[in-house]
Amino acid sequence: MPDQLSGIGVSPGYAAGQVYQLKPAPQMPSPAPFTDPQAEADRAAGALGLVAADLSARADAARDATAAEILRAQVMMADDPVLRYAIADAVHAGADAPHAIDQALGAHRQAFAAAGGYLAERVADLDDIRDRAIATCLGQPMPGVPAPGHPFILIARDLAPADTAGLDPDEVLGFITQVGGPTSHSAIVARSLGIPAVVQCAGVLDVSDGVLVSLDGTTGQVLVDVDDETVATTVQLERQRRDKLARSTGPGRTADGHAVPLLANIGTARDLSDPAAPRAEGVGLFRTELLYLDRAEPPSLDEQIATYTGVFALAEGRRIVVRTLDSGADKPVPFLHHEPEPNSALGVRGLRLARRHPEVLSTQLEAIARAAQQTGTEVWVMAPMVATVDEATEFVSRGRAAGLSTVGVMIEIPAAALQAASILAAVDFLSIGTNDLSQYAFAADRECGELAELLDPWQPGLLALISACGTAGAAAAKPVGVCGEAAANAALAPVLVGLGVTSLSMSARAIPAVRESLAGHTHAECREMAQAAMAAPNAVAAREAVTLVRGTTEALSITHA
Amino acid sequence: MASRTITVGSTSGLHARPAALFVAAAAAVHPLVVTIGTADKAPVPAASILSVLALGAKYGTEVTLRAEGDGADAALDALADLVARNLDEDPDA
Repeated sequence: MPDQLSGIGVSPGYAAGQVYQLKPAPQMPSPAPFTDPQAEADRAAGALGLVAADLSARADAARDATAAEILRAQVMMADDPVLRYAIADAVHAGADAPHAIDQALGAHRQAFAAAGGYLAERVADLDDIRDRAIATCLGQPMPGVPAPGHPFILIARDLAPADTAGLDPDEVLGFITQVGGPTSHSAIVARSLGIPAVVQCAGVLDVSDGVLVSLDGTTGQVLVDVDDETVATTVQLERQRRDKLARSTGPGRTADGHAVPLLANIGTARDLSDPAAPRAEGVGLFRTELLYLDRAEPPSLDEQIATYTGVFALAEGRRIVVRTLDSGADKPVPFLHHEPEPNSALGVRGLRLARRHPEVLSTQLEAIARAAQQTGTEVWVMAPMVATVDEATEFVSRGRAAGLSTVGVMIEIPAAALQAASILAAVDFLSIGTNDLSQYAFAADRECGELAELLDPWQPGLLALISACGTAGAAAAKPVGVCGEAAANAALAPVLVGLGVTSLSMSARAIPAVRESLAGHTHAECREMAQAAMAAPNAVAAREAVTLVRGTTEALSITHA
Repeated sequence: MASRTITVGSTSGLHARPAALFVAAAAAVHPLVVTIGTADKAPVPAASILSVLALGAKYGTEVTLRAEGDGADAALDALADLVARNLDEDPDA
């Protein structure tokens, strides 16, 4: 009998196969005494040699030429003769092998980091060599993403951007992490790669490498020690699911034809023109931060017009919703001189910052309006981090003054959700940013993995705030979209529509699964699911209540078919 | 002591692929020891990728190669030619 584990499903799909664990970086041990300095230096140098040989073998096996070249450069670093001299010096000064390795690479690390640019980007390569060499010295497995030579399920405590950078979606069948939440890096990467994933799965790190496991990225169910037949069935199910999604096209709608536009979240023109991404019905969130980051001077009006024109020109008759600059102390823009804040999530950010630098917002609004005019694209504009009716009213008048006809605000602050009706009297539309709305409504830091349960988009408290916006939108006959990670959750999509949400904006990859999910239910069933979810005492119960409603309606549709 | 002073011809500078090709070539002339330095940075071993990268030599930076011993002139000629070429565009390199 296989063991059952359960977590939060964050990227839909099925996977089954052998699991391999991402090995964490070794902890630096306490200094250990040694008697023979020459033998100690040889031990450290030998570890570097083994690392170089391992990286070299991985370079030979790499399918991608760029990846192979990066690995070969790393081999040269691990083999660098100056490291051998530095290690010998450190050992003679009293350092044991692990500390000698750390010191030898540390000197170069510091120089690279100080140089900036290309060299600063190589710091991660040096850290990787150090971690691998120290692990080798200590007789521990090499840290990093395993490479068993066949497709596998990756298990980890959590995944950092460095871990997932070179991940090959053909090799990794799915992720299971012990911590992390629906908006964690692991979840976002899994959805963008289109591979199934489960997070917050207690006990998964106890599963040994090579054990056969199956996972369901929708329900969060994980089965450990399954038989070959289960693996074959699961692989078959996933193939059918992918085939079905690959064939899925057309606008978003419920089973009875109620239209729900399925839009894309983008940051650059490239995101919109990616031929590999499914076609969206428009852009529900164009993040403009990329234009501003790393800038000592604000981007000029002309540069902004050129950038926006480049994106709007790809619209092909579709609507594009632009979010004005959303920065804060956690994602600073140099020329705005952010003061360090004790809690940047609750500090001067988003529209609050724009109100302190009105010229930055005016230039941006003018550039958006001019680019919209030049391309003839239907462009809506919205402000991030709006808390009050006054802020919304002020933003609308500034947007209109710039010549923009459709101006709205994001709902990320609970106070704004509760004031949705009054805000809608001033604005043309609302767009709910569920990630921040969860964080503020549940007083739970998005970066804090331990609180992931509170950040689950199925939390009835979050659904109630979305419902307040949906109800106000219906009364005012104005659009209310969702553009947070919740919009990419296929199982949740009918619930959001049932709460009164009129469009869903997500990573384009998620669109086919959301489209299929919506097409399976009538608008009335969506409302029934929404009521069931909101009445539940917690997120798990909300998910189960909706599964029950879905089961009933699916059973009915089979009988009626 | 033989020496050659040339300017870096690779558009990306003595970084990434050009640096790797140069260091591999400098290591291959062993036991001859070649150093490389710039106007404002002291000479470093040319066979050390970490040292060569840290020089930060960009396209057009003037670098000086030095070596002493049998075959130093021939080795420096070959290495100087490599530095002066645009290794980012050279398919044979």
